[in-house]
Amino acid sequence: MPTNPEDLNRDEQQACLQQLLDKLAKDRYAIAPQPMPAQDPIKRRRTMTEVALGYTETQARLEALRCLQCANAPCMEGCPVRIRIRDFIAEIARGEYGAALAIIKENSLLPAVCGRVCPQEVQCQERCTVGKKFKDVNMSVSIGRLERYVADLAQGGGQTPAVAPPTGKKVAVVGSGPGGIVVAADTRRAGHDVTLFEAFHKPGGVMIYGIPEFRLPKAIAQQEIDVLKKMGVKIVCNFIVGRTRTIEQLMKEDGFEAVYIGVGAGLPKFMGIEGEHLVGVYSANEYLTRANLMRAYEFGKGSDTPITVSKNVAVVGGGNVAMDAARMAVRLGAENVYLVYRRSEAEMPARVEEVHHAKEEGVIFCTLQNPKRILGNADGHVVGMECLRYELGEPDESGRRRPVAIKGSEFVMDVDTVIVAIGNKANPLIQQTTPGLEFNQWGNIVVDENCRTSLKGVYAGGDIVLGAATVILAMGQGRIAAQAINADLAPPT
Amino acid sequence: MLYQITNKKQLSENVFQMDVVAPLVAQARKAGQFVIVSPDAETGERIPLTIAGADPEKGTIRLIFQRVGKTTALMAEIPEGGTLGYVAGPLGRPTHIETFGTVVCVGGGIGVAPLLPIATAMKEAGNKVISILGARSKELLILEEEFTALSDQIVIVTDDGSYGRKALVTEPLKEICAGAPKPDLAVAIGPTIMMKFCCEVTREYAVPTQVSLNTIMVDGTGMCGGCRVEVGGQTKFVCVDGPEFDGHQVNFDLMMRRMNAFKDLEKRALEQYYKEHKCKIGLDRK
Ligand SMILES: Cc1cc2nc3c(=O)[nH]c(=O)nc-3n(C[C@H](O)[C@H](O)[C@H](O)COP(=O)(O)OP(=O)(O)OC[C@H]3O[C@@H](n4cnc5c(N)ncnc54)[C@H](O)[C@@H]3O)c2cc1C
Ligand SMILES: Cc1cc2nc3c(=O)[nH]c(=O)nc-3n(C[C@H](O)[C@H](O)[C@H](O)COP(=O)(O)OP(=O)(O)OC[C@H]3O[C@@H](n4cnc5c(N)ncnc54)[C@H](O)[C@@H]3O)c2cc1C
Ligand code: SF4
Ligand code: SF4
Ligand code: FES
Repeated sequence: MPTNPEDLNRDEQQACLQQLLDKLAKDRYAIAPQPMPAQDPIKRRRTMTEVALGYTETQARLEALRCLQCANAPCMEGCPVRIRIRDFIAEIARGEYGAALAIIKENSLLPAVCGRVCPQEVQCQERCTVGKKFKDVNMSVSIGRLERYVADLAQGGGQTPAVAPPTGKKVAVVGSGPGGIVVAADTRRAGHDVTLFEAFHKPGGVMIYGIPEFRLPKAIAQQEIDVLKKMGVKIVCNFIVGRTRTIEQLMKEDGFEAVYIGVGAGLPKFMGIEGEHLVGVYSANEYLTRANLMRAYEFGKGSDTPITVSKNVAVVGGGNVAMDAARMAVRLGAENVYLVYRRSEAEMPARVEEVHHAKEEGVIFCTLQNPKRILGNADGHVVGMECLRYELGEPDESGRRRPVAIKGSEFVMDVDTVIVAIGNKANPLIQQTTPGLEFNQWGNIVVDENCRTSLKGVYAGGDIVLGAATVILAMGQGRIAAQAINADLAPPT
Repeated sequence: MLYQITNKKQLSENVFQMDVVAPLVAQARKAGQFVIVSPDAETGERIPLTIAGADPEKGTIRLIFQRVGKTTALMAEIPEGGTLGYVAGPLGRPTHIETFGTVVCVGGGIGVAPLLPIATAMKEAGNKVISILGARSKELLILEEEFTALSDQIVIVTDDGSYGRKALVTEPLKEICAGAPKPDLAVAIGPTIMMKFCCEVTREYAVPTQVSLNTIMVDGTGMCGGCRVEVGGQTKFVCVDGPEFDGHQVNFDLMMRRMNAFKDLEKRALEQYYKEHKCKIGLDRK
């Protein structure tokens, strides 16, 4: 190959450059995707500590080198908050981890969280050119893992964001989930006097009471809360907006000029089948709250909240929540944990990694099955679950093939605990106590593209607006709402 | 100081009354509402207790609770001047108070405590209030003075006849319902089994009856579904749809079974607690 560009005309130069890039790309394609080091599946069945251990530095740099630095960076389009993925990966490849983190933080406040729990395979990584080349999303650059790597490196050493001089305006944030945390940070940065209200005795939302320790250590969410405190955000727990004070009281009597509602999804759905009131039937929310927030796994050893000690557990559902409940049941000592889902594994909404981890830990997948009724004994305890087998029929409105029950296929599953993880309805508390606020037919708050609600000065985002969503979507809405709040509270110019 | 116990009294062998600093709850609460409390913010269980009264000026609420398990035993140990881990509320829908005419208020055991704010509000709304208070024996009867002061008529019964009439609350309730004019409303609060039988009596006489359900709870805000009951064939959540329901619609049998969900575990926790603390209460109590 000629190496002196002077000897070439422009077209030849271009062709040469392309050749070089192609050669380099082939080399990049040759780097194997770096696997995530994880705790041994047998050992981790009995511990709450995090399963995925995180990349080593060598792994991180190798993985970063797999990125082709695509000119159009299609991955960015897949990220709900448009992180400059290509650029932060380039910094990692160079070993500039601080710079990488700074780029991520332009768009995401919680990289250590998102790197762990984002459904990357249907977001950023789905679009990645490398994955497309191999026609396998699992071959995409592991954007989430890289994000986690740089976030974890900075752990504790992260800087407290600067806060503008006081504006004298008060902002109330209701609910301390990812959306609420972002609104609190972004409005506080603008110099407002911000109070975060949380109904539970600990802030953090689903990151604290729902997503288990073995997937997202509590310490990570806690760190973000600590940063808020350092920034001067007031955090008030055990405060149920709507009951302790209504939104109207907060605005008219307590002087809050803006209120963000980020109360999350509430009310668990049940199946409406016989036996759902038996002892041993839990919603996933209750099961996980007892286990996570209340640390029922330490019952009698530092925690006073009980949870059933089960031998055979059936978890009904196929989403992340179902996986978390099943994996939690394994850790709480169940001998057999069955995951009962009425479609096939291909339709499961849970993240691939979670399904993989659940299987490794011994969760038994019972697909194309669905409960018909739950059986109890004379004391009202669960002793079994009658199920029907299903087959896949024509696609329904969602495009997924509709499961159809096979007549006469009833059989009884021998279980003593049933965990229902089939989703949530909106919590009615805000609706009951906030006249004038517009809700849709499912009880979700209606907002415009700036997260403004039908009430002046009231904003909303996250699961209470989107139905069941994700951490990153809640965060993204928090960002938008905070921008709207800051704009609305800014003095006229 | 927030959640400080400013005043504590033992009302009977296992019933305690405390005033706790919770100014916002004291201001906002209405009859029929409850709080979620925990003796310890780190390790404690969250339990629901009815707000038996409040002093918005002092910023305190009154809780009356029976020592039945570990959490209530821990709370009973906290001295006056000490603090609770936290108090969150007020929760639940307030009682529907209006001028009905004659209201019979039936309270059994510790249920007398949650009944007090409701009876008071009913009286203030201009109703004629007939109270029936029941206890296993004389020593276990609570709030007699308060109820005597507010009621137009009061009947006291004990299981063993050590005080008042020897009867179950359902007996005088039946007589009152059979009388003329019959009462316009009954409110029954007490052990589930008592509420169930009160409802059977009032159903016979077609007297509308409100009950306040005391299911197991975790969050108290409608998130966990642990408090679910069947009312009129539908699943309801006691913490957001209740705690009061039309007693004639409640499936008490299902509810009684659910209440025993953690019985064995709870018993173990309590025994372990007493063993470790060699405490003066002793294990011999029933
Ligand atoms: C078990 C489980 C696993 C999940 N796994 C994933 C995952 O892997 N990846 C992912 O992206 N997403 C996951 N999600 C979804 C994700 O957690 C949510 O979409 C996200 O947390 C929603 O954020 P939010 O801001 O709406 O608030 P939430 O996190 O829902 O928090 C709302 C907070 O508001 C509080 N609150 C409610 N009502 C009131 C009130 N009246 N007053 C004061 N405070 C109130 C609540 O106590 C809570 O703390 C999971 C959810 C669950 C339950
Ligand atoms: C809306 C509401 C209001 C309530 N108000 C009051 C009140 O004003 N005063 C009061 O003393 N109690 C009240 N209760 C009941 C109180 O919450 C329980 O007694 C308490 O949770 C017991 O906790 P523990 O750890 O001490 O006992 P546990 O160890 O939890 O239980 C010990 C024993 O009590 C039984 N038990 C458990 N939960 C309940 C319950 N909810 N009701 C009755 N028995 C139960 C168990 O089966 C077990 O046998 C109320 C409950 C609700 C839902
Ligand atoms: S925030 Fe989530 S979607 Fe966006 S780049 Fe990170 S892992 Fe991907
Ligand atoms: S699409 Fe994939 S390869 Fe291209 S820039 Fe994004 S991460 Fe890198
Ligand atoms: S206590 Fe959790 S939903 Fe009622």
